[in-house]
Amino acid sequence: MPSAELVLYEEEFQRLDSALKKLRQEANARAIFLIDRTGQQIAAAGEVDQFDTTSLASLTAGNVAATDGLAKLIGEREFSVLFHEGQRDHIHISIVAKRAILLVIFDERSSLGLVRLRVKRSNQEMEQIFEDMKQKVEKVSGPAQAAASPFAEITDEDIDALFSE
Amino acid sequence: MTFINYATREINCKIVYYGPGLGGKTTNLQFIYNKTAPEAKGKMISLATEADRTLFFDFLPLDLGSIRGFTTRFHLYTVPGQVFYDASRKLILKGVDGVVFVADSQEERMEANIESIRNLEDNLREHGFDLATVPYALQFNKRDLPSVAPVEEMYRILNFKREPTFEAVATTGIGVFDTLKAVAKQILVELRKK
Repeated sequence: MPSAELVLYEEEFQRLDSALKKLRQEANARAIFLIDRTGQQIAAAGEVDQFDTTSLASLTAGNVAATDGLAKLIGEREFSVLFHEGQRDHIHISIVAKRAILLVIFDERSSLGLVRLRVKRSNQEMEQIFEDMKQKVEKVSGPAQAAASPFAEITDEDIDALFSE
Repeated sequence: MTFINYATREINCKIVYYGPGLGGKTTNLQFIYNKTAPEAKGKMISLATEADRTLFFDFLPLDLGSIRGFTTRFHLYTVPGQVFYDASRKLILKGVDGVVFVADSQEERMEANIESIRNLEDNLREHGFDLATVPYALQFNKRDLPSVAPVEEMYRILNFKREPTFEAVATTGIGVFDTLKAVAKQILVELRKK
């Protein structure tokens, strides 16, 4: 199998959460989402309740994947920043630590320049968190630790119960 | 790629419905959407052309309840089946945890089925996956139509590794949930092995 699964523990979740909150404040954004490249939301901050977050995550990942495809077609490795301008709200999308997508939704209370600047600055911190996540998973995924995984003990009954309705 | 979030106690998995154009991939998702309780599903998104052909993907998030205290969420995607959308199909397979192949049972679509399975193998390989090991279920759809090929013959031609295989009529829902269950189970069993 290629990419191992993404595992997020409480500690890194809290760190990402506070990084996003800080960024939202500094960039004066409406909402910020951190999304896995396969379309799953990792963390969010701001006016999150205003949006259909699951759809947002999936479409953003699709958008980034399509743009990646376009980049390769013209011989670029990737387009690391995408910007969508609306009448009221705008979307700034960027890649963090190669594996995640940062989506910033902002309106006239902020500006593209400010968002770009703040996103760039927060990038390093988030990259560090992702690096720590990776190392933690590598440390934990040894055979001795496998038994500690809550999924090692999933029974056939557990699985059947999911489909009982 | 399964995403395990210990902070929110969620497992997220991605299932992709693959198959030739007009085979019923979107119809599978629509049936699942219509039959699932509102609290267990999110919005279904269809990126389709004006003629209702899938252009990029359909997406349906599904909440199956909890297992060992973890909310189990499946993200179902379809690919555009038409041959010339291959670049888009490739993108959607990124990070896939399980695949459902929806074959069109009509005799005249057998070539298209074969071609699409080969295309699936190739595209999985490009992402570093192997159809021989990825959780996988096969569905013979449109069994209600008059010109269908016999099931045994389809099995002989299309079955790849004795994967669970189901006869289906996606428009009325026959076989739809059985197929989904079969692939979801394999994904969860894989999770146990890790």
